[in-house]
Amino acid sequence: MSVLEVKGLKTQFHTREGVVRAVDDVSFELDQGETLAIVGESGSGKSCTVLSVLQLVQRPPGRIVAGEVRYGGRNLLELSEREMRAVRGKSISMILQDPMTSLNPLLTVATQIGEVLQVHMGLDKRQARRRTTELLRMVGIPEPEMRLDDYPHQLSGGMRQRVMIGIGLACSPNVLIADEPTTALDVTIQAQIIDLIKRLRNEFGMSIIWITHDLGVVAGLADRVMVMYAGQVVEVAPVEQLFREPRHPYTIGLLNCLPRLDIDRAEKLTAIEGLPPVLIGRPAGCPFSPRCPQAVEKCSKQRPDLKPAGPGHRVACWAARL
Amino acid sequence: MTSDEVLISVRNLKMHFPVHQGAIFQRSRGRIRAVDGISLDIRKGETLGLVGESGCGKSTLGRAILQMHRPTAGEVYFRDMNLTSMQRNRLRRMRRHMQMIFQDPYASLNPRMTVGDIVAEPLIVHNISGGRKRREQVQTLFELVGLNPVFVNRYPHEFSGGQRQRVCVARALALNPDFIVCDEAVAALDVSIQAQIINLLMELQAKLNLTYLFIAHDLSVVRHISDRVAVMYLGKIVELASRQDLYANPRHPYTRILLSSIPVPNPQYEKKRRRELLAGDPPSPASPPKGCNLSTRCPLATAECYKHEPEFREMGRGHWAACFRA
Repeated sequence: MSVLEVKGLKTQFHTREGVVRAVDDVSFELDQGETLAIVGESGSGKSCTVLSVLQLVQRPPGRIVAGEVRYGGRNLLELSEREMRAVRGKSISMILQDPMTSLNPLLTVATQIGEVLQVHMGLDKRQARRRTTELLRMVGIPEPEMRLDDYPHQLSGGMRQRVMIGIGLACSPNVLIADEPTTALDVTIQAQIIDLIKRLRNEFGMSIIWITHDLGVVAGLADRVMVMYAGQVVEVAPVEQLFREPRHPYTIGLLNCLPRLDIDRAEKLTAIEGLPPVLIGRPAGCPFSPRCPQAVEKCSKQRPDLKPAGPGHRVACWAARL
Repeated sequence: MTSDEVLISVRNLKMHFPVHQGAIFQRSRGRIRAVDGISLDIRKGETLGLVGESGCGKSTLGRAILQMHRPTAGEVYFRDMNLTSMQRNRLRRMRRHMQMIFQDPYASLNPRMTVGDIVAEPLIVHNISGGRKRREQVQTLFELVGLNPVFVNRYPHEFSGGQRQRVCVARALALNPDFIVCDEAVAALDVSIQAQIINLLMELQAKLNLTYLFIAHDLSVVRHISDRVAVMYLGKIVELASRQDLYANPRHPYTRILLSSIPVPNPQYEKKRRRELLAGDPPSPASPPKGCNLSTRCPLATAECYKHEPEFREMGRGHWAACFRA
């Protein structure tokens, strides 16, 4: 059963240089209790996709021009800002990449977590403070009572990210969206945070959308993976299937170009040649075709749709073996 | 082409930064021990990987070796010449043999200079060449790093991150150096571009017989590019070994935990994997723990670890570690 369904989402930015098609006809669904990873490099539109889901794209210059986001029997894109505010943080909440810039430096930890509880759960100040202490303990902050009145700058990076997670989980959301939540952290701290998310996922049974560029993190955490390139979904598959039998040349390239800890080194990494895509204007055909080793004539002329390539596996490529 | 000849030799290097308080009198309030007594050798033609988490002092060590910071104590030798005691103007002439590539190709290129001028600047500063000869040299450098020489008159903002990093590499190579410090040189790049730059660095090393100190936090990248690897924690080297040895047989608990923390892109492997976690956050380098630096977080720590500092000793052939319990 899917809790969230996105259909034909298109988000564009109008800039002086032209129209940037940041999200270009993206569709996917998220099942109850499932962890979906969205993978892609910078500029692939992965963050913009989830920001559009919560209508957090800044407009202007951004604009959601088409699509549907179905959640709880409603199309979120049709809701007013007021109705949307009741959804954000309560049913669907979000953890952002950089806890230093996404926490307010002028407010204490207790105020920032308490705000969510007061707005959405109708708690009073005292109750909110008590619940905040519990939340901080749950996310693994030692001596939470001592930390309530700290400001973000008094906490380490890992602790700040724990506070962000605390805010995200304050109202026991149905869907948690995590946008590169561990990218800014050191690996040992990243391991602690991922461990925490896995534990909380089992406890709350929530559905998670995890955005990352790190295929290692994906392998350990996700049930399903969606690969994006230049604002489009190029491949979707269950995690084991994707790593075992990647079909899209971009996915194959991504997996091959990683230096690995579990496999001994080849003399040379197989890099994906060429430059990252230009998003301005709409190039005809597949956006990966200029860099694609398998490109055929059709690829630069006509854009491929997602086609089934096995159970739960879909790929958008003219040249892929199906 | 690693030889046994030592190019860079670091002896008991310390780099402390004073912490001041007060606007007028600037009373000293202690010192940040960013690099705290490090000794190591870098051999000609090798890549020494230097890994550690943010704040461990790895960048400061790289800069102190190049004398971009004048060290608090200890010596750095380049081909048996002591850099730490060298006069400024002599050191300036030495710098052409030692270059650096930085992490952020957006911040390390002057946005008001054309990329051609950026690459030519070292040639001007060190009075190497002028006129047509210089233009030719710049062209050769562009070709060497895989950039089209017709772009010399463009500005950095017209290039992507990977291309900018190629410009930085060309600038570092302009003076035909022996030694290059790569400080997180691929960390800011997307993985598909990262592989291109890693390949480029390795090709150039083979072609020009370069020696690299490759500073990075990503142990997978370091494993790929390095001949030997040093692991740093809180201002000290805790383990140093050949690449194969360090990854197959890590001795220090910190190295072991660091390796087990790295996610591997293989779902089956990840599922079976038992992960060792390090408790808490690293202590401040202004007030390191009394005994072993890791003692406050180490799962193996005993009473001895809190009291005495373990000696950095050779545990196997060329495999060094600083731990009582290793």
